[in-house]
Amino acid sequence: MTERHSTVFWSGFAVILALLIAAPLVLPPFWGRFLTEILIWGLLAMSSDILIGYTGMISFGHSAFFGLGIYGTAAALLLVDPPNLFLAILFGLVASGLVAVVVAYFSTRLRDIYFAITTLIFSQIFYVVIFTWTSVTGGENGLAFTRPGLGIPGLYVVRFTAETMHWFVLAVVAGSYLLLRRITQSPFGTVLQSIRENEARTRAIGYHVEHYKIVSVMISGLFAGLAGVLYALQNQFAAPDFVFFLVSGETVIFNVMGGIGTLVGPIVGAGFFLLLREALSRFFTEYYLIPVGIIFIAMVIFMPQGLLGFMRRWLNR
Amino acid sequence: MTIPWDLFAIQTVNGIVTGMILALVASGLTLIFGILNVVNFAHGELFMLGAYVGVLVLATTGSFWLALVAATIIVALFGAALQIVTLRPLVGRDPMTTILATFGISLVLQNYALWQFGPVARKIQEPITGHFTLFYLDYPWYRLMIALLSAAIIGGFWLFLKYGKYGIWIRATTQDRVMAEAMGIPVPWVHTAVFAIGAGMAAASGVLFGPLVGVDHAMGLPWVLKAFIVVVVGGMGNLGGSIAAAIFISLLEAYASIWVSPSQAVIVSFVVLILTLLFRPTGLFVPTPK
Repeated sequence: MTERHSTVFWSGFAVILALLIAAPLVLPPFWGRFLTEILIWGLLAMSSDILIGYTGMISFGHSAFFGLGIYGTAAALLLVDPPNLFLAILFGLVASGLVAVVVAYFSTRLRDIYFAITTLIFSQIFYVVIFTWTSVTGGENGLAFTRPGLGIPGLYVVRFTAETMHWFVLAVVAGSYLLLRRITQSPFGTVLQSIRENEARTRAIGYHVEHYKIVSVMISGLFAGLAGVLYALQNQFAAPDFVFFLVSGETVIFNVMGGIGTLVGPIVGAGFFLLLREALSRFFTEYYLIPVGIIFIAMVIFMPQGLLGFMRRWLNR
Repeated sequence: MTIPWDLFAIQTVNGIVTGMILALVASGLTLIFGILNVVNFAHGELFMLGAYVGVLVLATTGSFWLALVAATIIVALFGAALQIVTLRPLVGRDPMTTILATFGISLVLQNYALWQFGPVARKIQEPITGHFTLFYLDYPWYRLMIALLSAAIIGGFWLFLKYGKYGIWIRATTQDRVMAEAMGIPVPWVHTAVFAIGAGMAAASGVLFGPLVGVDHAMGLPWVLKAFIVVVVGGMGNLGGSIAAAIFISLLEAYASIWVSPSQAVIVSFVVLILTLLFRPTGLFVPTPK
C-alpha cells in the first residue's frame, strides 16, 4: 500500500465518519432514523459480502443469522432482569454463531448453486421452527421488549436516545468495517480471495479449502448476527419475518447494487435500495418491489459491478 | 403406539397426488437447469401466474380444460419472452448471475400479481366434483385425476424428448452444447424453447393445483422451495430422478403430517435434502458415478 493511497483512504474514511456522526444533529428525526437503519442493513450486507465478494459463494440464508441475532437479543432482554446491553449483544452473537456453525459445517461441502440452495433451505428450517414454536418465540406475533440503557451496568447507565442509538450503531458498524477490512487483507483473507479466483488451484497449493470456507461462513454469520442485535435494539421487536428468506434476498440485492467485494459497496447498496424504496413507495405504495425489481434486473445485466464496483481495486489495496 | 393403517393409506394416496404435481413443477425446473444451467428462482411465480391465467380464462369461458391449455400456452410464451430479455444477455457470464436475475423476476412477478389481483385468494372450480369412499373419507376423484394428468403431461414430454425431432435437438444440446451448435442446431433458440416448455409445465401444474388450495400471489414460494429440494435430491438435471424424488419426498411429508402439523412436516423434506447433500451429493436417484 502506497503512502499516498493510505493518506487518501484514511482522510476519506474520517470525512465520511465525521459526516455520519454529525448527521443526526442536522437531519430531521425521520431521516436520522432512516440513516441508522441504512447502517444496520449495511452491516448485514457487508457481512454477506465476505462470502459473495471475497470467497465467491452466494449465501441465500443470511436471514437465519440476522434473525437469530434478533431472537438472541430478545431472549437476553426478556429473561435477564435488569436488561443488560452487553448480555444482549453476547446472546445475539452466541445464537447467530451457533447457527453459523451448523450452516457452515453442512453448506460448505457444496459449491456454487448448491451452496446457495442449502443456505436458503437452512434459513427456511429456522423460519419454520420459529414460526411454529409459538410458546417460546411468540410465533407469528413475534416478541416485543424494551431496550437496555447504554453504559456499564451498576456504574453508569443512560437511556438510549435517537442520537446515542445512532452513534452506538455507527461505532459498531465502523468498527466492524475496520475489522472486516483487516480480515480481508490478512493472509487468511487472501486465501479466501484465491478460493474465489480458482478453488482447484488453491487446493492444489495445499490450502485446506473447506476449513477456510467454514471459517468464512462463520465470520460472515457472526457479523450478520451483530446486525441483528443492532436491529433488535433499534426496533425493540422480533418477528419471524426477519428470518424469512426475503431478507436474505434483499441482502444479496444490497450487495449487487452496491458492488460486491468492496465492503463499503454493500452499505451504499443498502442505502440506495432503501432510498429507492422510500422514493418509489410514494408512487407505487406497497408494490415498490415491482420497479425496484426491474432496476435490480437491469443492474444485474448492464451493471454487474454495482455502484462502487469501479472503486473495487482501490478500496482493497 | 398403534399405527393408524387407514390414515396411512389415505396419506399414501395424498402423497402420491401431491408428488405428481411436484414432479411436474420440478421437471420443468430440472430441465431448465440441466440444459440452460440456470437455477430458475422465478419458477414458483410462473406456477402462480399459470394459476391466475387459469382463473381469468375460466371466468370468461367457463371451461376448465380451455383454461388449462390457455394458461400453459400463454405462460410458455411469456417464459420465452422472459428468457430472451433477461437470460440471453447473461449467457457466458457466471451462472450465479442467473440466480440473481431470476430472483429479481420473481420479486417483480409476485408483486405484480399482488397489485393486479389483490391479496384475496381466488378459487378455481374443479371440473370433476364426484367423490369415492376411501375408508371413512369422501375422496374427490379430481385429486386422482390431477395425478394422472400430471403423469400424462410428463410422459408426453418424455416421449417428445425421446422421439420428437426437436426433442432430439434438446437432448443433443444437453449433452454437448458446442457440438450441437456445430451440427447446425440453433442452440439459443433451443434454450428459449426449453425455458418456455418449463414455464408451460409450471403453469399447467398451477392450474391443476389451483382448485385444491385457492390461488394467491404467494402460492409459488413453497412450491419452488420444494422443487429445489426435489431437483437436488433427484440429481440436478435428471428427469427420472426428479420424478422419483418428488414422490418420495411428498410421501414422507404426508406420513410426517399424521403426527405433526403440515407446516412442520416440511422440515422432513429439508432433512432429506441435507442428508442427501452430505452422503450422496450427486442425488439419491442417480446411479453412483464411477
